[in-house]
Order: sequence, then structure tokens, then C-alpha cells
Amino acid sequence: MIEVSNIQKSFDGNAVLKGIDCTFETGKCNLLLGGSGTGKSVLLQCIVGLMKPDIGSITFDGTVYTNNKVAIRQEIRRKIGMLFQGSALFDSMTVSENVAFPLQMLTPEMSAEERRDRVEFCLKRVGLENAGEKMPAEISGGMKKRVGIARAIAPQCTYLFCDEPNSGLDPATSIKIDNLIHEITHEYDITTVIVTHDMNSVIEIGEHIIFLHQGKKLWDGTKDEILNVEVPELKDFIFSSSLVRAAKRVDDEGGLAAITDEHPEGANI
Amino acid sequence: MFTIFGKFVLFLQSMVTRRERLAVLWARTVDEAMLIGVDSVFIVAIVSAFIGAVTCVQIAYNLTNPIIPQSTIGYMVREMTILELAPTITCIVLAGKVGSSIAGGLGTMRITEQISALEVMGINSTSYLVFPRILAAVLMFPLLVILAMVLSILGGYLAGTLTGAMAPQDYIEGIRTDFVPYNILFALIKSVVFAFLVSGISAFKGFNTSGGALEVGAASTGAVTNSIIAILIADFVLAAVLL
Repeated sequence: MIEVSNIQKSFDGNAVLKGIDCTFETGKCNLLLGGSGTGKSVLLQCIVGLMKPDIGSITFDGTVYTNNKVAIRQEIRRKIGMLFQGSALFDSMTVSENVAFPLQMLTPEMSAEERRDRVEFCLKRVGLENAGEKMPAEISGGMKKRVGIARAIAPQCTYLFCDEPNSGLDPATSIKIDNLIHEITHEYDITTVIVTHDMNSVIEIGEHIIFLHQGKKLWDGTKDEILNVEVPELKDFIFSSSLVRAAKRVDDEGGLAAITDEHPEGANI
Repeated sequence: MFTIFGKFVLFLQSMVTRRERLAVLWARTVDEAMLIGVDSVFIVAIVSAFIGAVTCVQIAYNLTNPIIPQSTIGYMVREMTILELAPTITCIVLAGKVGSSIAGGLGTMRITEQISALEVMGINSTSYLVFPRILAAVLMFPLLVILAMVLSILGGYLAGTLTGAMAPQDYIEGIRTDFVPYNILFALIKSVVFAFLVSGISAFKGFNTSGGALEVGAASTGAVTNSIIAILIADFVLAAVLL
């Protein structure tokens, strides 16, 4: 579980995060939802340690990360896996080498054979067992995301962070990536935090959703609750999705269960 | 200016505090040495051979007084080459080739979040990415400068003899006259300092790139410009202090 307490962050006097308190639950896909420029990515970078918050604390399973000793922060960082928006694969390495990289760096005690097995397992897990020898430039955007996920889980991370995992992907591939993240989260019981503005992801895998607006947390709850929420900013955000608008139109006209069969209450919106 | 210098010092300090394992750093240094050293042999060879040739021809053109022996041409080529042309011009050429490569490579890694990926993994990105580049440059630049010295003198010999400007034995006599071994040491000290400046400044510029492709280009240009200015200032300081 990751606990975020009163996180504030400003850039040149412009407050981007205005005291955010939230909890990311273990074994669930926690979604940080919000429009562009609401501070989602900044919050994510503060949590993973790429940025230092001005005020506030972040706790990973009871261990305070913010302002703690370097060794402790280092230890926590080594439990973190991250999927970047652009995948951030190392251009000069093959797909296999990218996945093997954190193992080489973080677990030097692992033998070459164990490492190879682990890389094969991770690539197979994301459905890329035949792409190991390819270079990142030779694979598609969706495959890059999969390699990014494989690299993140290779050292058996406890926390998985995904920064807009669907950006630049077609809807079908997006759903596959969402489902892969969801499966991995439950399979390994890890704490997953996903930054997104994609309502498809909310419907698909949003087990715990935190809605940010202008640097503040306005709402948090489940994907079932989000469809009935009365927060105006959140409603505006949800209805900005043409998919949700279309679903509402279908529902208004005669009762096709909105969104998916699993969420009939969504018809209310 | 002082702020940037302070940031540069902190940047260099971060390479050695909390460094990565020596085995990893050594492997990375060998890789970088291949890129910085071996891949630069061709350009260094071409530039230095022609510098030696042109120096020889131009000295011969200006040295028309029959009282001055022909061997003076060889002597002057040797002195100019070892003291100044081989270390300084070679390092300026390398500032263009290696400096832009380091700044461009690190800048691209920065904007494509590859450096962030390293940091999220708990890897000290300056130790992993920058330290091997600086170490490789410090190891390879002197070797390239030695190569440049040899090829410049050889270029001078070929140009002088093939154009008929002087006899081969005069040139050889000239390059053997009043040889001061300390000049070689001085040139190597210069090359080590220049290597540190080129690789350090270029890595600093590349590492602190933000934005997009345009900024990577600007970082590369800035790295080369600043490296050349730093080389020229250091060249003067070293000459004043060590000669």
C-alpha cells in the first residue's frame, strides 16, 4: 500500500499539486484520473522519486520514502517497476537485453542462466517470446509497451507505475495493454498506479480511481461508483468522452446496458 | 555563470558518490572507449596527416633564406605538431565528434525518459552513463594525440619529400634536432585535461537537456562550442603554467 499525505508541489510559484492525500491499495489497479495539466504525472513523479515534493510525505508499506536516508529510498526504488509513456526502452539494447537490464544491475547474484530464464518467462508473460532479438526501433508501439511491462516486472517489483500506458495506441491494443496490467497486478499481488485520462481504462480496469482536478483530489472511489457521481468537474470529465456520451445515448433510447454488461448501474449517467 | 559552474561541480560529484559496481563501470568504459577512441581513429588520422603536410609545405614556402638550413623545416614541424597542433587541433576535432555524440546521446536519453527509467530502477544515472564516458575519453584522447603526433610528422615528411621541398635526410635530421622529451609529456597532460573538459562539458549539457529534438540539437551545439572555448582557455593556462 502506498500512502500519500499532503503532497504539494510548485513550479516557479505556480502550484501544481495543492495538498493531495490518497492511498493506493495493494493488489489493485489504482487509477490517477484527470485532464491534461491537472498534476497527475507530477504526482506520479513525486511518488517514484523523480521529483521531490515541496511538502508532504509518501509511505510505501509503512516505510516513509520522502526525506528518508538514501539507502532506504534506494531500497524502495528497487521494488518499483515503471512503464513510461513513451516506453523508455534503451535504444542500444535488444528487447531481451532491455528486460535483462534491471536484473543485471539490481541482482548481480543471479546467474546468467537464471537471468535468461527470467527474461524468457517475462517476455512469454507479455506475449513477446519471439521478439527477444529485435531492437526497440523494429517493434510497434504496443509491443514497446509490452516490453516496458516485462522490464518492469522482471526484478519482481512490488509497485508498478504506469504513465499513460495507452497513449499512442489504437483502442484494441489499449484494451490488451490494460488487461495485461490488470492480470499482472492480480497475479503478483502488486500495487499498481496508472496515470490516465482514458475513460476506456477506467471502465476496463479501474478498481480504485482517484480523480484530480487543478492539483487537488476531488474524488476517489471505484469504477462502479464513478458512473453515479455528482461531482460536477468529474461529470464534465466523464461526459467529455465520446464513448460515454454514445453509451448514454444508447441507454436513453431504449435500455442497452451502458458501458458494459458488468456495470448496469452505469446506465444512470 | 557561477551557478552553472556550481551545478557542474555537483554533477561531477554525483558520479562518484553512490557509484555503481566497478565491474559494470569497467564494462561500460570499454564500450565507450571503443566509440570514443576506435571510431575516431579515421578522422584523427586524416586531420593530423594533412596538418603535418600543410605545416611542412607552408614552412618550406616561407623559409627561403639560404643561410637557414633545410632541416629547420623538420624541426619546426616537430615542435609545432607536438606542442600545439597534435593535442589542441586533435582535441578540437574530437570536441566536434565526441562532444556532440555525448551531448546528443545523453540528451536523447533524457527526452525519451531513458535516464528517468534508470533512476526509477535505483541506478545512479550519472555514475552509470557519465563516469564511463569521461573515463574513456581521458584514456583514449592521449592515445589519439600520440597517433596524431606520429601521423603529423609523417605527413610532413611525405609532403616535404614528395613535393621536392626538401630532402628526406634534412627532414629527419630536423625532427631529431634538440628534442625535448618533456614536450611529449606536456602534450599528453594537455590531452588529458582537454579530454576531461570535452567529455564533462558535453555530458553536462546533454544530461540537462529538457524539451524535444530541437533542444537536443541545441545541447549538442552548445556542448561543442563550450568545449572548444574551454580547450582554448585551458591551452593558454597550461602553456603559461607548465612551460
